[in-house]
Amino acid sequence: MIRLASLALALAAISIAALSARAADKPDPVGDAKTFQKFFTDKFPKLKPEDFVNGPYSMNEDLHRQWEEKEQFPPYEFALEAGKEMFSKPFKNGKTYADCFPNGGIGIRQDYPYFDEKEGKVITLELALNRCREANGEAPISYVRDDMASLTAYMAYTSRGKPMSIKIPNDPRALEAYQKGKEYFYTRRGQLNFSCATCHVQSPGERIRAEILAPALGILNAMPIYRSEWSGMGTTSRRFTTCNSQIRGVPLEPQSEEYRDLEYYLSYVSNGLPISGPGARP
Amino acid sequence: MRALLFFALLIASSAPALAASEDDFKTAYAAAETAEKEAGRLRNQWTTTEAALAGAKKAAANGDFDKAIASSKEAEALAKASIFQATSEKERWKDMEIR
Repeated sequence: MIRLASLALALAAISIAALSARAADKPDPVGDAKTFQKFFTDKFPKLKPEDFVNGPYSMNEDLHRQWEEKEQFPPYEFALEAGKEMFSKPFKNGKTYADCFPNGGIGIRQDYPYFDEKEGKVITLELALNRCREANGEAPISYVRDDMASLTAYMAYTSRGKPMSIKIPNDPRALEAYQKGKEYFYTRRGQLNFSCATCHVQSPGERIRAEILAPALGILNAMPIYRSEWSGMGTTSRRFTTCNSQIRGVPLEPQSEEYRDLEYYLSYVSNGLPISGPGARP
Repeated sequence: MRALLFFALLIASSAPALAASEDDFKTAYAAAETAEKEAGRLRNQWTTTEAALAGAKKAAANGDFDKAIASSKEAEALAKASIFQATSEKERWKDMEIR
């Protein structure tokens, strides 16, 4: 009898353990975002949550002063003007980008990327812009070059201060995309065996050669960015592909499913933090 | 007789080692390419593997098959390491997650 009871207890314990293991593996975006944000606010207790969107410039007082000075004559200003002009210039068919987006494309940056339930995939702002061009008979533009950076810079600027507001609809495919993005973020790759988290979770504020690493929290809120290192503007696509090359990994094609899912995850966990793009980085 | 044997050994030891052939290179390169294709299927190729493959092709084009084979073997080893990384990270990524 005692043996039977022990056996029943052991089986019950195994079932509970199995259930909790399954629970840990089940995607929980709300819980993830809370834990993610708490990790950074605990690590940098002097910073307010909205400070994180300034990347390395939020990491110490000297850099913050540099950022304030830079913002007086921001290096992304030319891109902003070019983007505004491109945005309002009609396509050959007379339509403009404004015709492709809700609210005429103004003040909507915080809603991108979103999960399109009809297509079953993540749609980023960069992808939506090229789709707009193609739908209006124009050739798509490079995801990593200046024109795309200028357009997204202007659209981000019209959303400055608005809290990131990424939604995960009640669709298992959306949850799967989120989970895949999360997996990509933490997966080590390249000959240097780095994941995104190696730099932007384990080491924000630390130097890697001459650079100060940005925290992952709010990292996309500042996109696109002017980087002194690039001597020019860069899109989210450029940032992802460059990160992969720097760790000696062959970058995927810009706007591949993996990168779009990564953007979905990273943006979601920064929900509530203000859009600060376009940004400037050392 | 002894002198004859001595000279035979001397000639044999002073003959240059056989240089690698184009066929040897092709075999080594094919093995590296197969491994790199698998890394590509896993979406985890390394830039260093690509550089070693390019180096192998360049050396072969210049007729330096010893160098071409060495580069091919290096590429194969790197590609296999990237496959191992991609496979092991299927579960290991969870260790890095913020909890």
